[in-house]
Amino acid sequence: MAVITAPAPVKAEAGVSSKTSRKLRDNLTGHAFLIGAVLCFGLFMWFPMIRGIVMSFQRTRRGVTTWVGWDNYVRIIEDPSFWVAWKNTFYFTGLALLLGFVAPFFVAILLNEFRHAKGYLRILVYLPVMLPPASALYLFKYYAYDPSEAGLFNAILSAVGLPTSEWMQSSTMTIPAMVIASTWMNMGGAVLIYLAALQNIPGDLYEAAELDGAGLWKRIWHVTIPQTRLILALLAMMQIVATMQLFIEPLILANGAGTQDAATSVVYLIYQHAFVQNDLNGAAALGVIMLLVLAAFSAAYLRLSTKQD
Amino acid sequence: MSVPQYRKVAALALVAGLGLSLTACSTKSDDDGGADAAGKVTITVDCQPVAAQKELLDNWNADVKAFQSENPNIVIKSISVGQQCNNPPDFTARLAGGTTTDVFYGYMTDLQQVLDSGQALDITQYVSKDTISTWDSVDPALKEVFTDGGKLYGVPVKNYSMGLVYNKTLFAKAGLDAANPPKTWAEVREAAKKITAADSSVAGYAEYSAGNTGGWHFTSLLYSQGGRVLSEDGKKAAFNTAEGKQVLQNLKDMRYGDNSMGARQLLQWGDLLTNAAAGKVGMFIGAPDTTQAIVSQFKGKFEDWAVAPLPGQTDLAKGTLGGGEGYFFKKDLTKEQVEAGLKWIAYQKLTPGKGQFDYVRAKPQNYPVGLPQPLLFANGTEAQKQEFDLRKANANVPVENFALFEAKQLPIVGEPRDAQAIYAILDSAMSGVLTDPNANVDSLLKTAEEKVNQLLAAGS
Repeated sequence: MAVITAPAPVKAEAGVSSKTSRKLRDNLTGHAFLIGAVLCFGLFMWFPMIRGIVMSFQRTRRGVTTWVGWDNYVRIIEDPSFWVAWKNTFYFTGLALLLGFVAPFFVAILLNEFRHAKGYLRILVYLPVMLPPASALYLFKYYAYDPSEAGLFNAILSAVGLPTSEWMQSSTMTIPAMVIASTWMNMGGAVLIYLAALQNIPGDLYEAAELDGAGLWKRIWHVTIPQTRLILALLAMMQIVATMQLFIEPLILANGAGTQDAATSVVYLIYQHAFVQNDLNGAAALGVIMLLVLAAFSAAYLRLSTKQD
Repeated sequence: MSVPQYRKVAALALVAGLGLSLTACSTKSDDDGGADAAGKVTITVDCQPVAAQKELLDNWNADVKAFQSENPNIVIKSISVGQQCNNPPDFTARLAGGTTTDVFYGYMTDLQQVLDSGQALDITQYVSKDTISTWDSVDPALKEVFTDGGKLYGVPVKNYSMGLVYNKTLFAKAGLDAANPPKTWAEVREAAKKITAADSSVAGYAEYSAGNTGGWHFTSLLYSQGGRVLSEDGKKAAFNTAEGKQVLQNLKDMRYGDNSMGARQLLQWGDLLTNAAAGKVGMFIGAPDTTQAIVSQFKGKFEDWAVAPLPGQTDLAKGTLGGGEGYFFKKDLTKEQVEAGLKWIAYQKLTPGKGQFDYVRAKPQNYPVGLPQPLLFANGTEAQKQEFDLRKANANVPVENFALFEAKQLPIVGEPRDAQAIYAILDSAMSGVLTDPNANVDSLLKTAEEKVNQLLAAGS
C-alpha cells in the first residue's frame, strides 16, 4: 500500500510546480512589469504609510524614540488649529463640489451642443490643465488677485460698477478665491470625461425627447443627467478625495496660512507640524486621521465604481 | 483576492500615500566613513551658492580649490541644496530624512531641533584654537547659542541684528532728512505718512505677515519696546502685554488709519524685498545684509539704502533682535572628518582675508564690502581688528549709509526657543492687523498666546 500511495503526492506536487513554472514562464513579461509596480507601491506607498502609522504612536526626542500610545492624537486634536483646518478644508471641498463639479458638467454640455470647431474648443478648455499648477497659481496670486485696483479681477469688477475685493487678504474671500483658481486649473480634465460620457448617450433618446416637445433644460434633466448619473457620482467622489487634500493653493496663493489662518487646510497643518514645528509624530497622527476620513470617501467611491462595472 | 478587494487595497494605498508620504519620508544616506585607501578624507558640505549666483559660486569654487591644494589629504564635496540655506521647512525635511551633508548649515534657532533629531555630534573636544585659529576671538555669546548642557554642537559663522532700513531717495522726495532718520515708532509713523503722501504707490513702511516672517518681525518690534516673547523660564508666552498690544495697534493704525503701508499684505521674505528693490518701500526693519539681498537678488541700488539703529517707543529700541547661522556636524562622522570639516569652516568662514572675509576679491565684484556685519569676533580681539581694517580698506558700498547703525550698538536679544513654530503662530496676529480693518488686537494676542502656550506644553 505504502509503495503505491507514497509517490502520489510527489507526482501531484511535481505537476503543480511544473504548471506554476509554465504559467510563470508564459507570463514572464507581465510578471516583470508587475515587479516594478509592486516595488514602487511597496517603497513609495506602503512603506511610508506603515511607517507613518507607527510614527503616530511614537515620540522622538534627542534621537531616542519611545512609544507614547495615543498622546500624539490627543495633542493634535487639542491643537486650536485642528478644527480650523478641518472647517476650512470642508468649506473648500463643499464649495469646490458646487463650483468645480457643476461648472465642468455644463461646459461639457455646451461643448457637446456646438456643431463646429469642437476639437479646437476642447483644446481651449483643456489648456489650463497643461499649465504647471504653481505657475497657474502665481498668475492668480500676482495678477488676478492683486488687492489693489490694478488687479485683474478688481479691474473687471470696478469696470462693471461692482465693489472690489481684497481677495486672498480677506478672510471671507480666501476660500472662495482658492476654489475659483482651483476650478479653473482642473476643469479641463473633468470636462473631457463628461464629454466622453455625453457622447455615449444614444442620440435617439434626445430625438424622442425632442419629438415629445422637450426643450434644452428638459432634455438635460430627463436624458443627460440620468444617462450620466454614474459618471457624475464617481467624479463627485474623486473631487471630494482630491479637494480634501488641499495644499498647494494655500501654500502659494495665501503664502501658507493666509490671513488669520483663513487658508489653513488639514494637509497644510500636517506640513506645519512636520516641517515648521519639527513635530513629525504629530504630523503622522494627523496624517492617519486624514487617511481614515479619505478612506471612508474612497470606500464610497469603490462601491460606486463596482456598481458601474 | 477578488478584483474589487484588490482595487480597494490599491485605492487605500493611494489615499494613504497621499495623506502620509508628506510626513514619513525617511531615507538614510550612509557614506563610507570618509577615508579612502589613499588616506584621503572626504566631507560633504552644503550651501554651495546656486548657479544663478555666478560670482559667489566662482568664489566658492576657488576657495574649495585653494583649500584642497593647501590640504591635499582633504576632499570637499560641496553641494547646493537650493533653498535649504534660507528656508526652515527644507532644513527640517532634510534633518528628519537624515539627508543632511556631513557638515551642515543651520540657524542659531535650530539647535534644539537638531538635537531632537539625534543628528548632531558633540564637537566640544575638537574645537580649539588649534583647529580654528581665530576661535578665541569669536564672540562667546555666539558660541553659547550652539552650546547645550556644556557641550558644543555647532560653529557660528555669521550673525546679525535688526535696524531700521530706509530708502534715502524716497526720504528726499518726501522732504525728510535722510541723515536724521526716525528714532521712535511715532516718528516712523510720521515719516511713513509723508513718504506715501509724496507718492501714493509707495508703502511708507512695510511689514511681513506670512511664511513665519511676520512672527519674526513681531518679535523684533516687541524687543524694541522692551517686551519679550516668552517668560524667563521659557515655558509661557509673554507677549500678551501692553508692549505686544502697542506693536499691533501701531501697525494697525499705520495700515488703516494712515494708509501708509501699501495695499498688498501677506508678504513674506522675498515679497517685501522685491517691492523695496522696485522703489516701492520707504522703510522696513532688517539687518544691514538685507540691502545686499535687495541689490544682488532683487536688482535694487546700494546708493538708495541706509540703515539706522532700531527705533523704540520713547527713544531708540531697548533691545534688538539678533540671530545668525552656523555649521553642525553629523553624528556618525569620524574624527578625521570632523577635523577636516573644522579646517574648512575655519578657512571659508572664520579667517579674516579668506573665504567670506576675502574683501580684496569681493571688492571689484557685485558683492558688497563695507556692511557692518557679520559681526563674528568679539570687541577688542585681534581678528576683529584685522577684519575691520580689511573691510574699511576695501569698501565698495557707501559706508556712511551704515554709520548710524554701526555707531550705536543696541543690546542684542536672542530669538526665543521654538522660534520658527512661534513665528508661524504670530504670523496670524500680524496678518490680522494688516488685512482686517476690524481686527481686534486683544483677541489676536490672546489667541496667539493660547496657541504658543499649547505648543510649549506639548514640547516639554
